[in-house]
Amino acid sequence: MNDNLVEVRDLTVRFATDDGPVAALNGVDFSVAAGEVMTILGESGSGKSVTLRALMRLLPPRKASLSGTIRVGPHRIDTLGEHQVAELRGPLISMIFQEPMLAFDPVYTIGRQITETIIRHERIDEAGARARARQLLERVQIPSAERRLASYPHEMSGGMRQRAMIALALACRPALLLADEPTTALDATVQIQILLLLRELQRELGMTVIFVTHDIGVATEIADTLAVMYAGRIVEHGPVRAVLRAPAHPYTRGLLASTLKRGMRGRRLEAIPGAPPSLADLPPGCSFAPRCPSVMPQCHDQVPPLTAIDDTHSDRCLLAIPRLADAVDRGAVAASYSPT
Amino acid sequence: MVGVAPPPATVSSRDPRDRGGPLQPLLLVRHLKKHFKIHGGLLGGSGSRVHAVDDISFEIGKGETLGIVGESGCGKSTTARVLMRLIEPDSGEVIFDGEAVGTTGGLSLRELRRGMQMVFQDSYASLNPRLPIEETVAFSPRVHGLDRRQARRRARSLLGRVGLDPDLYARRYPHELSGGQRQRVNIARALALEPRLVILDEAVSALDKSVEAQVLNLLVDLKSELGLTYMFISHDLNVVQYLSDRVMVMYLGKVVEIGDVDAIYDDPRHPYTRALLAAMPSMDPDQPTMEAPLFGDPPNPIDPPSGCRFRTRCAFAEAVCERTEPALIPPEPRTSRSVGCHMSDPASGHSRAGVRFPFASDHLQ
Repeated sequence: MNDNLVEVRDLTVRFATDDGPVAALNGVDFSVAAGEVMTILGESGSGKSVTLRALMRLLPPRKASLSGTIRVGPHRIDTLGEHQVAELRGPLISMIFQEPMLAFDPVYTIGRQITETIIRHERIDEAGARARARQLLERVQIPSAERRLASYPHEMSGGMRQRAMIALALACRPALLLADEPTTALDATVQIQILLLLRELQRELGMTVIFVTHDIGVATEIADTLAVMYAGRIVEHGPVRAVLRAPAHPYTRGLLASTLKRGMRGRRLEAIPGAPPSLADLPPGCSFAPRCPSVMPQCHDQVPPLTAIDDTHSDRCLLAIPRLADAVDRGAVAASYSPT
Repeated sequence: MVGVAPPPATVSSRDPRDRGGPLQPLLLVRHLKKHFKIHGGLLGGSGSRVHAVDDISFEIGKGETLGIVGESGCGKSTTARVLMRLIEPDSGEVIFDGEAVGTTGGLSLRELRRGMQMVFQDSYASLNPRLPIEETVAFSPRVHGLDRRQARRRARSLLGRVGLDPDLYARRYPHELSGGQRQRVNIARALALEPRLVILDEAVSALDKSVEAQVLNLLVDLKSELGLTYMFISHDLNVVQYLSDRVMVMYLGKVVEIGDVDAIYDDPRHPYTRALLAAMPSMDPDQPTMEAPLFGDPPNPIDPPSGCRFRTRCAFAEAVCERTEPALIPPEPRTSRSVGCHMSDPASGHSRAGVRFPFASDHLQ
């Protein structure tokens, strides 16, 4: 055991579909230290949401086949029985979603759903659970919390519902919070409120968070470390400053170059040509090779390993390998270092 | 065409479709209004109305891009739909290149839609799943009088123009294309009648970032090649700044600020515009946002507040804001910008009216 709360090794997920298998995750490795906010940045189909669902064991077992190992705290999530996993959802791992209407049951009040969740996992009477539910609503800054306990989900505005869902997710004081694009559907002025609230709660509770987003700005606001995913693999992983300021992988570089910032009007955007590959028919080598400006012939033959740039920053590109040799020569990276 | 985008406007006077001359705005909108009645539930009609678009006026110059920003319920999409006459307005005037729309003797709907076309956010829902994309693009030219062969030829040339090789893609169906490719088809379809104004309603919002940049480049190219005018609606302030010459900010059915894009982004005068810009996530991990500019959600557009609609969330609201609706006026003479805020009107009676930096906190003044 080390200080990492989460360790994922060689996680692979295949979905069986009518049109054949879809390779959603293709060997994902990462670790998250306790109290760290890791953000997974990726486009649609990159595997970021599937990774979160695998951590919570929410993938449909009949359609999704999973291999690799997932450890959260002392638990091997990948091998536990369904009943044991259910016990851990809430106190160990909890999740918030993009669309809170889907996370709440529309026919019960917010208060009842939070109270039930607490009673389900802890030895506490109803009055105690209800008092805690009220504190939780206050903590997520829902005005007139006592009255709001009696509200149904549809009676709340989008931002308030998102706050209520955070309260529900935190009801059993989870060690790990999984956040799947929780601010994407919100208006701009509401999005920033929710991001600041999550950042505040994370610090206060010392929670570990894995936050999934497609928005570099959102990732910048919330992340300690950033993992960039492409076609079911992490292609770059490191401290958020390092990845944003010195992106190593050609995909990360392309993504940052094509992201609009102020003062770009009148300049032609450096778009990445083409589109992400189909997960039903991945190229044999590097998945980004067909779109990569630095592509070499050998890129089409083998999937590059995740290679260290320094002790905290790594990327998955053949160009990284000569650089690694340099770094070991310089002593910047221990020769025994293996990424993540 | 790499480098600097072409200057706006300069629509050539040779364009045979041009009627009013270069100084006549392509689109002139006056006092446009659309309220939706809410049908009452068990208790019968309550008489509530959604003030979706409430007396807005603006114009779009020839060759210009007007960006429209605002949050959900501000009326930006209703405005687009009313302009296209997908929804009938309650009142107000729309004048397309000097010709009134929808009045006797004015422009007919058919003529309007020749001149004005729209691209929607959902690239899949806006295509017929049972038609090959070539047929979809050829459809409106056929309706407007081209024979089958001519219409198909135009469709294939447009598909090529938006970056979809017709030999490869023309016979494909929408489900065989990626989101970015489908949005290219929608753009080709919008261009099929050779319109002069294209309304883009969140047209790149559903695309992945790496694909969004390709489509934005395409929009810039098409505009300069075809002398198009754009109305670009988006919730993404970065995209709006990139494409627009002027920006219109909406809040609960009203225009709160309109003017030159740089003036508004560099020095927003309406407190809501300021909040909206301040709410953009930081792009610098060392300078994260420390404080949310507003608390709570945008209010429901049913029965909006009296006076200034923003007053219920505004840190500077005073009694006058509740009593009187602010007029949309230039904050200082000789500017092309207008602001609907009592603080920008020296005669309003607001205690910060006419103050050059009304947003500075009290102890700094």
